[in-house]
Amino acid sequence: MSQLTLNELEAVYDALAEALNQVGTEKESLFLTKLALLLANQLGDQAQVEQAITTASRDL
Amino acid sequence: MYSPDSTPRPSVYYDYQIYPFQTPPELRSETRRYPVVIVGAGPIGLVAALELARYGMSVVVISAEVQVSHGSRAIVFTRRSMEILQQVGISERMLEKAYPWRSGNSIYRGQRVFRLEAPYDEDDRFQPLNNLQQQYVEQYLVEQAQQNPLIELRWGSKVLGVQSFTDHAELQIDTPAGEYNLSCDWLIAADGAKSTIRQELGLRMEGASYRGRFVIADIKIDIPWPTERLAYFDPEWNRGNTILMHRQPEGIWRLDYQLPPNETPEQALAPESLNARIQAQLDMVGITAPWELDWCSVYSARAMTLPDYIHQRIIFTGDAAHMLPIFGVRGANTGFQDAQNLAWKLAMLLKGIGTPELLATYTSERVIAAQEIIAEASKSTRFMAPPDRGFRLLRDAVLSLSLTQAFVRPLFHWRTSRPHDYHESILNAANDDNAKFTAGPAHGMPLQNIRLGENDYLFDHLGAAFHLLYFTDQAVPESILQQVADLEEQGIPIQVLSIGSGQNLVDSAEHFAKRYDAQSGTAYLVRPDQHVCARWKNVTAEQVKAAAYQALGQGVGV
Repeated sequence: MSQLTLNELEAVYDALAEALNQVGTEKESLFLTKLALLLANQLGDQAQVEQAITTASRDL
Repeated sequence: MYSPDSTPRPSVYYDYQIYPFQTPPELRSETRRYPVVIVGAGPIGLVAALELARYGMSVVVISAEVQVSHGSRAIVFTRRSMEILQQVGISERMLEKAYPWRSGNSIYRGQRVFRLEAPYDEDDRFQPLNNLQQQYVEQYLVEQAQQNPLIELRWGSKVLGVQSFTDHAELQIDTPAGEYNLSCDWLIAADGAKSTIRQELGLRMEGASYRGRFVIADIKIDIPWPTERLAYFDPEWNRGNTILMHRQPEGIWRLDYQLPPNETPEQALAPESLNARIQAQLDMVGITAPWELDWCSVYSARAMTLPDYIHQRIIFTGDAAHMLPIFGVRGANTGFQDAQNLAWKLAMLLKGIGTPELLATYTSERVIAAQEIIAEASKSTRFMAPPDRGFRLLRDAVLSLSLTQAFVRPLFHWRTSRPHDYHESILNAANDDNAKFTAGPAHGMPLQNIRLGENDYLFDHLGAAFHLLYFTDQAVPESILQQVADLEEQGIPIQVLSIGSGQNLVDSAEHFAKRYDAQSGTAYLVRPDQHVCARWKNVTAEQVKAAAYQALGQGVGV
């Protein structure tokens, strides 16, 4: 699996933060859920998505 | 002294007929023991009675009511239900009135985000789905039963109590002429979701109740739209919830919507609340026509089943046995399959041909069916009426994405009721050629209909018996005919249907043979409920005999 370079990761980091600010707290969860579904579909790998769900649930 | 409500129920389109109470022999001091008593004259009780009568069994049907059900209730009947109702003799009457259909639409923010067409091919006599109010179906079943000398309908007779014994069951019945006791070898409880019999026996259902409550409202209105399923998600007037619209005969439309949490059924059915919501939905879809209410009701979505449908001599069927969410038309359509599965097994047992093991497969086959339906229906329910925040977020995310992203749209699939296949049934042959076929109905599946000619289909030729479908280009071998005659001699109802050029069922173009992956000598053994229990590439008389015994619960036979 290819990974993001540091520059790319930083760009995504900024874009996501700005989008969250734009969306506002009321629609934040809906936005993140939509994003997760879109990325999951693009990844096209059920096991990897489930692994990511587990990882994200950790250490909250 | 029980006094049933004999005022015809109000309706803007249906004239209720009263079926008066008549004094039974027991109240004239004549006591008898009946082979089969059915409690409940709803669609399932009546289909069970008519099915049993097809096998020559006499049946008493007890109903607390003196008229058919109030309101349209079950309105969508599947192809499989129509095939079952064809056997009991009411499909033609239904089709004269019903609206057949096959397309469902999901609508969000005024946009149709998903459309699904249920499959239909030229070999089907019946459309995938058929809309008709339950009153008509009940009326046709009642009239069919009234003409049958084997069926005695006892209206206005309320069950007060029931006792179960190892070899019989007893009922206490209250009537306008007083109380009496009724004793029977077998009691079929078809007395609905609030089954008195189930409660009297203290039996618990297993499964889940959903918190959501729904209103069903039938209105008379002129809307010039085709018969299709319409599901509106998250409309402005009822945020977060789903509204269904279905067209019915007689200018009636069904609206079905979820209630806000904490609202009581009384509040929901109060005229001002009901009128405002119905009008809000009509406004949203741009309908300005006047309308009037016919009937309304509140229900909650449940997905529960008894773990066992047979308790000594008491057998549960339909909603008395299980409560299924109505998304996907699973109430009556599942119940018909119960009644049909039960009737031939009980009839064979009463005739002394079937074994107790055969009857026990009613429970094993139908409980598994109910559990599968519950698993499927629960998926639909989670999407139509999300039970909690997590599921609501996901559903809302899918709604939002569905406006532009095709990949989420199949999640709107409405999963309609489908016939169960009994592929794990012990009634299926152990050593046949089931796995070698590349087409045709496999073990446990219902036959697939075949169009034989103008207004002539395979199912038209089936009766209350086992059928051996035998494909041949010459004649059915004498050994097979002799074997079938021997089985008949033992009292087993079985018929041979030869298929091919110049046979019982003419198949000149080999269309039937292709769909069933058959060559000359291929045979399918079909149970009286039209489910396949054995199939062979090249059958022998011995194999037919062994499979027939197996299907009657007599093990592999000789």
